[in-house]
Amino acid sequence: MPCSVLSVSELEARAKAVRRLVLKTTHHARMGHTGGSLSEADILTALFFRVMKNRDTEAERVDRDRFILSKGHSTPGYYSTLALRGYFPLETLDTFDALGSILQGHPDMHKTPGVDMSSGSLGQGLSVGIGIQLAAARTPAMGDCHTFVLMGDGEIQEGQVWEAALYAGARKVRGLVGIVDYNGVQLASNTIEAVNLEPIADKWRAFGFTVLDTDGHDMGSLVETLEKARELSAGGPVVVIARTVKGKGVSFMEGKHEWHGKAPNDKEFALAMEEIGA
Amino acid sequence: MSAIRHLRHARKPAAAGKGLKTSAMIASIAAEGQKTRSAPFGHALVELAKTRPEIVGLTADLSKYTDLHIFAHAHPDRFYQMGMAEQVLMGASAGLALEGFMPFATTYAVFAARRAYDFICLAIAEENLNVKICCALPGLTTGYGPSHQATDDLAIFRAMPNLVVIDPCDANEIEQAVPAIAAHDGPVYMRLLRGNVPIVLDGYDYKFEIGKAKLLRDGADVLFVSTGLMTMRVLEAAEALAADRVSAAVLHVSTIKPLDVETIRRECARAGRLVVVAENHTICGGLGEAVAADLTRSGVRTAFRQIALPDQFLDAGALPTLHDRYGISTSAIVASVKGWL
Repeated sequence: MPCSVLSVSELEARAKAVRRLVLKTTHHARMGHTGGSLSEADILTALFFRVMKNRDTEAERVDRDRFILSKGHSTPGYYSTLALRGYFPLETLDTFDALGSILQGHPDMHKTPGVDMSSGSLGQGLSVGIGIQLAAARTPAMGDCHTFVLMGDGEIQEGQVWEAALYAGARKVRGLVGIVDYNGVQLASNTIEAVNLEPIADKWRAFGFTVLDTDGHDMGSLVETLEKARELSAGGPVVVIARTVKGKGVSFMEGKHEWHGKAPNDKEFALAMEEIGA
Repeated sequence: MSAIRHLRHARKPAAAGKGLKTSAMIASIAAEGQKTRSAPFGHALVELAKTRPEIVGLTADLSKYTDLHIFAHAHPDRFYQMGMAEQVLMGASAGLALEGFMPFATTYAVFAARRAYDFICLAIAEENLNVKICCALPGLTTGYGPSHQATDDLAIFRAMPNLVVIDPCDANEIEQAVPAIAAHDGPVYMRLLRGNVPIVLDGYDYKFEIGKAKLLRDGADVLFVSTGLMTMRVLEAAEALAADRVSAAVLHVSTIKPLDVETIRRECARAGRLVVVAENHTICGGLGEAVAADLTRSGVRTAFRQIALPDQFLDAGALPTLHDRYGISTSAIVASVKGWL
C-alpha cells in the first residue's frame, strides 16, 4: 500500500484509529503502557503512513527505512500502528502479551512482522541505529535507507544515549534521525522532578546533532518536520524534539504519570473511547 | 583508566630476561625461552577477511591491546574506532550484524562482561546476531588489580542464552578459532591472548572445533580438565608429576559453552582417577562448577578438585608472583595435586 499520498487529514484519522486500538489493546490485555502509547501515536502514524520509504508490508525490502522503538515499552502504540499499516491483522492485537503471541510485551524482531530490531532495555536504540547506518554506508543495495529511532524523554536519562550521541555527532553518521517523545512525564513523576532534561535542544546540538522542534500532535507540522529531518540527515545526525502530552486524547490520562504503565478498566475504557471519538 | 589505556610501553617478552620486572599491564604469560607467535588473532583475522568481505572490526579504543590494529592496518576501510565506549561498541555491532555484516568487536574482557553486559545480552544475544566479541586480559593476565582482571567473565557469559563461549589455550588455537567462530552463525564470546602468545599445542596434532573437548595426554592417576592458558600449565604440571611417577591425563576444554558433556562424562567416569578442573577464572561459576554440576546431574561419581582463582578481588603485582599466590602457576598446581593424592 503506497502511503506517501496520504493527506494530513487522512493521517489524523489514522492517528485517531491508532489511539482507539491502543485503548482496546491495553483494556483487553488488562496491562500495557497506555500513556506513552497515546503520546507517540501521531509520531508513529506520520512515520509509518507517510515519512518512511520503501516499507512494503508483504516483502521486507533491503532499502527500506528502518525504525527502532528505543522506548520499547510503548508497544500498544507500536503494534497498533503496524497492524493498521497492514503488517498483521487487527485482531492479532487481542493477543498482546499472551503466551505464544507474536506480540510480546516488548518488541521482538523474530516474532513480529514489521519490527526491525528488538528493544525493551531502554537506551540502546540509538547505538543500534548507528550500526545500521554504518552498514548502509557500505552497502549499495541499502540505497537511501534512513534509520528513525524513537526515544522516550525519560529514556534519555540513560547515559548510553549520550555515548551514542557523542559518536554519531563526532562521526557525522548519515541517515540517522532520533526522535524524542518529549511528554515530560516518566514512570513515577514528571521528568523535571526526576532529572530535568533541559536545555534539551542545546544538549543535542552540543553533541553534533541538527535539532528540529515540533508539536508532536500537530500532524501537519510533524510530517513537515520529520520529512525535513530525513532530508537533513544526509549531512549528519538529526534529532526531532516532539513536544507531546502523555495520555494524549483522554482527559483523565493526560499528563498523569499514573497512566504510564496502566490499562483502563471497563468504565475508564468506555469514557476514553468516547473522548477519542469514532 | 584512560591513562592506563594510553600507555605506550613496548611489550617486553619474558625471554628478554625481565621476569618479575615486566610491566604489570603487559606482562607476558610465556615462560622464559618459550616459543611464541606475535598477534595470532590479528593476523588470523586479516587472513580470513581476505575472503570474507562481510567482516568488519570495531574496538573501544583498544585495537593495539587486542591485536585488532593488525586488521585496522590491513583493512582501514573496514575498521571502526568507536572511542572509549563499550556500550556503543556493542550496540553498533548489533546494527551492523542486523544488515549482514560480521563484526569482530574487541575490548578488554572486564569491560565486555561488566560494562557492556546488557548490550551484549539484549542487543546481540537475544537477537542471535552474528557478532564475535573478542576480549583481551582474561582472568588473571594483568597485574593491575580488580579493575582489569576479568576473573568472572566465564560465569557471566555462561549464563547468557545463544552465546558460544571460548577460552583458547595458545597462538595455535587462536589461529584456528578465528575462522571457526566466523563459520558459526551466531554470537560468540572469545577470550583473547594477545601480544607474544605462547605456542603450546603444535606438538599435539590439535584441531580446534567449537563444542569439542580434546584429550591431549592420557594418564592413570589424575585427569586434568582444563581450559584457556591453564591447559598450558597443566601440561607442564603433568610432566613434573610424571617425574614423581604420577600419571596425569589432560582434557582440554576450550569451548565453555556449549560444553562437550559427552567427552567430559566419559573421561571422568574412568575409575581410579582424581579429576582436577583447572581454569584461569574465579572458582565461582566457571568450568569447574559447570563440570561438577553436569557430573552430578548425570550420576558420574569421582573424586573432584578445582584449580581456580579464589572468590576474592585479587591483588595487583607481578603476574608470576600472583599466579603463585593464587595457585595457578605450574609449581602451585603440582603442589596442590600432590597434596590431594
